[in-house]
Amino acid sequence: MADEGAPIVSALAVSGLSCHRGGHAVLENVTFRVAAGDVVLLIGPNGVGKTTLLRAIAGLLRLSGGEITLEWRDAVSDPPPTRAFMHVFGPQNALKPTLTVRENLQFWQRFLGEEADAEAIAAALDAFRLDDLADLPVSVLSTGQRRRAGLARLIAVARPLWLLDEPNHGLDAASRRSLGDAVRAHANAGGMALIATHSEIDAGPVRRLQLGVEATDNALGDGVDARAGMLA
Amino acid sequence: MSDVPMNERTAGQTLVQRFSNPTRFMAWSGRLLPFLSLLTVGVIGFGLYVGLVVAPPDYQQGETVRIMFVHVPAAWLAMFTYLTVVISSIGFLVWRHPLADVSAKAAVPLGAAFTFLALVTGSLWGRPMWGTYWVWDARLTSVLVLFFLYLGLMALRNALEDELLAGKLTAVLAIVGSVILPVIKFSVDWWSTLHQPASVIRMDGPTLHASMLWPLLVMAVGFSLFFFTLHLVAMRNEVMRRRLLTLQRGRARVGRSDTAATIVEG
Amino acid sequence: MTAFLAVLRRDIALGLREGGALGTALGFYLVVIAILPLGLGPDLDLLQRISGGVLWIGLLLSSLLSIDRLFAHDLEDGSLDVLMSGALPLELIVAAKAIAHFLVFGLPLVLFAPLLGLMLNFPLPAAGVLVGTMAIGAPAVSFIGAIGAALTLPVGRGGLLLALLMLPFFIPILIFGVATLNASLGGPGSAATPALILTALMLGALVLAPFAAAFALRVQFRG
Repeated sequence: MADEGAPIVSALAVSGLSCHRGGHAVLENVTFRVAAGDVVLLIGPNGVGKTTLLRAIAGLLRLSGGEITLEWRDAVSDPPPTRAFMHVFGPQNALKPTLTVRENLQFWQRFLGEEADAEAIAAALDAFRLDDLADLPVSVLSTGQRRRAGLARLIAVARPLWLLDEPNHGLDAASRRSLGDAVRAHANAGGMALIATHSEIDAGPVRRLQLGVEATDNALGDGVDARAGMLA
Repeated sequence: MSDVPMNERTAGQTLVQRFSNPTRFMAWSGRLLPFLSLLTVGVIGFGLYVGLVVAPPDYQQGETVRIMFVHVPAAWLAMFTYLTVVISSIGFLVWRHPLADVSAKAAVPLGAAFTFLALVTGSLWGRPMWGTYWVWDARLTSVLVLFFLYLGLMALRNALEDELLAGKLTAVLAIVGSVILPVIKFSVDWWSTLHQPASVIRMDGPTLHASMLWPLLVMAVGFSLFFFTLHLVAMRNEVMRRRLLTLQRGRARVGRSDTAATIVEG
Repeated sequence: MTAFLAVLRRDIALGLREGGALGTALGFYLVVIAILPLGLGPDLDLLQRISGGVLWIGLLLSSLLSIDRLFAHDLEDGSLDVLMSGALPLELIVAAKAIAHFLVFGLPLVLFAPLLGLMLNFPLPAAGVLVGTMAIGAPAVSFIGAIGAALTLPVGRGGLLLALLMLPFFIPILIFGVATLNASLGGPGSAATPALILTALMLGALVLAPFAAAFALRVQFRG
């Protein structure tokens, strides 16, 4: 882990989370808990709010209700901002095409971790089989290679909570295995991952969080009731 | 916390709610509008009569001085409207009240129109006074910059498809503009030496003769009423447009029903 | 501090490697200045009289032209999400990016100005004053331009809109920049007053603009 002084996260607790976009509810009253070592797959049809949920947890959206809290293993008097404990990985890779893979990773290390760590970069390159590509500019890489280079940030900078949005997208079978291995190793080390996906991720035992929308025929017009249920 | 401030706060909230709840707004503005319109026509009609007929011609400027009775109130309203836009913008960003955005959106074109009127009348007034339609007088230049600001607010709102986002970003621009506007005014004043000293509001009292001052004040009241009337009409239009949009969206979202609470949130 | 320097260094590196954008800005500046005598006639006295103001206006336009993508690249490649989820306040991210813009675009444009001045019969001994006043004004252009870049971010190609929104805000910088220049070229008044006001404007923009731009960005994401 990057800095030993930081408090150790034992769980992510989301309670009663609601999010509105354009005047209607995308998420309503979503409650769940992710403990250290948990890998949770967010499943559900398109438009059900998986991306919204991940962005809300990452602090990139305004909540219209509810709370997102990190629980600490030891008592923390003055909890640091939750965003310092999360990795956001979205549909884009957050890479600069004119910088090399290594330079991109170094930048994120300095920006997120405040220190350049060559060992962590080596581990990240190794995990996603990027050793031969490390010193090539991202612009010459293929779509799948860029995806892997983007994912390497998760390992280059250590953070306990991974928020991944369709990380499998654009990856071939071998790369999916690399991702699964990385997620499993992260969970085994006490990390947490919340992954929105339509496909499977082979990361060992996973829990599934079903985001479902139930239209209720409420005569009073209470509208939609989005609920989340933990299936496994 | 004692009970007294709590009561006060609840009372304040209900008062604000009474006027700002969209449905209530439509009700009270609908009742007020006929009276306001009549009053506007009356005051402006009276103002035009005293300004154009009763008030004496200026001993230096002759009949052209009467342009003042349109020009000066238009310039005042140009600034007052910007103030309205800024206050509405702050209201929207801080309290997220949709009606504040409606107010800001409705006021901007009105402000642009008043500013344009001030520029055109100023230019027409300038022709006999300065011998040209446009001089880079500090006052005129500052009003021109205000006009640019209004254009920018309209252009930004037009360029953004997401109405909520458009409202918020326009509000930010309006507030940034209100900070920079005095700096621009100061720069332009500094830059220009052609500039006339203010002649109505001064610490030692107005230098304008009373026979011209009071028709001017009547016109200023008339223009303000005109603004309030048009602002209410424009706000009502906007509320109705958003309601229609919400209904259409509700129709498009099959199997879902919208509650009244989402109506103006666009 | 590491994070701030990381953004600064990255944006400078990106600006230098994607050299095309700087080339475009310099080329635009050149063309704007070169086209003026073609419209006004080659009267060297006239050109010399207006050269200071024209060089300043050209600087504003070319600097604005290059700033509209300040946040757009980071938005498109997903970097902005990660930048916003870091520990560095958004205001400082904006400031780092604006400083980088000044160093990569503003400074070369400023240094280019005396060369372009030759085409307008600008007195060469005054090149130092020209570069000096522009170097004070150009950071303000980058910082105020950042507000425009943040406001027009959701518009996509918002270059023209950005110019409409932001050019009025540059009026003070233009006025005091040109006034300083003209006063030190022997015009009426002392050059110290406008130079000090110009500096004050620049410092004010440095302090206030990051808050406005960060606010405009936050409004888009966190509502």
